Amino acid sequence: MTSWLAYFTNRKGTTPATAPAAKERLQIILAHERISRKGEDFLPKLQREIVEVVARHVSIDPEKVNVSLERGGDLSALAITVELPGPGGKAHAAA
Amino acid sequence: MLGKGVRDMAQVIVVTSGKGGVGKTTSSAAFATGLAQTGKKVAVIDFDVGLRNLDLIMGVERRVVFDIVNVIQGEARLNQALIRDKRVDTLSILPASQTRDKDALTREGVQKVIEDLSADFDYVLCDSPAGIEKGALMALYFADQAIVVTNPEVSSVRDSDRILGVLQSRSRRAEEKKDPVKEHLLVTRYDGARVERGEMLKLDDIQEILRIPLLGVIPESESVLKASNTGNPVILDRESNAGQAYEDAVARFLGQERPMRFIDAPKKGFLSRVFGGRAA
Repeated sequence: MTSWLAYFTNRKGTTPATAPAAKERLQIILAHERISRKGEDFLPKLQREIVEVVARHVSIDPEKVNVSLERGGDLSALAITVELPGPGGKAHAAA
Repeated sequence: MLGKGVRDMAQVIVVTSGKGGVGKTTSSAAFATGLAQTGKKVAVIDFDVGLRNLDLIMGVERRVVFDIVNVIQGEARLNQALIRDKRVDTLSILPASQTRDKDALTREGVQKVIEDLSADFDYVLCDSPAGIEKGALMALYFADQAIVVTNPEVSSVRDSDRILGVLQSRSRRAEEKKDPVKEHLLVTRYDGARVERGEMLKLDDIQEILRIPLLGVIPESESVLKASNTGNPVILDRESNAGQAYEDAVARFLGQERPMRFIDAPKKGFLSRVFGGRAA
């Protein structure tokens, strides 16, 4: 197409295609939702069990345990943060 | 009953989507009318108790006397509540109640209505309300087949996936471990020109994500609003792309092969390319 015609047909200005982003986002979220649909949300149970295991070895405050999940396309990251009491009573975090 | 001896149970079809506003009622009205036009006896039930609209889309709103809740609660007989369509004589409409809420539907009551309709009709089409709550669950519970209405838009696709999960786990067929509900994808409000510009999810992408057989693609069309304005199911507008696309979908449902039409952007002439133009 000659440039002058392109000028007319694109006079509203070209916007980058957004449909591929829609597809990618859907594929990622649905992959996760299809898995979680099969069972209950496992994170609360996981958190409870981690607290039990860690508490067998060190004394911890169950409130100071944090479990988070970042859903990604190729991999998801499960991050568990347990705050341990320091020797002088000061807390330090272990991940 | 209205006649006919022992016969096979009717096929129960639910038109569902999860998300609201994607075209369930428009599709139910068009599909029921199209099926009936082939000579099949069709009853279409509005399950949206409290927010009935199928009567309006079908143009029978002034003929509603009784509704499905009256039938379930024994206040009216099924024959009294069914409205015979004046355009297609094998088509009947069972309206939803406007004054009650969805708790007025009981599973036993709905089962009785569907079984009674089965004696006289070939197809019972259930127009589901939006959501995945009681009304939607009631509409899909007895389904043999499901038409999942989806717009080329992220929230609609996600909700369709969700409702497919519900069909696979909470329908009667799932609970009784019978053959699963047969699923059909109906993509509505599709705009080939916007797809071509990369602004809208492609048909192939929707199919790849939802992974169920494609029944039809209804193009975005001004004729749909015209049809609802006048209370004539859009399938009766044979001039319109949307009407023809619904007719194709009905034919495919009955086992015929039809090429997908109205998917590509309309070829524009030089003048409309320069000055713009809208699809009919």
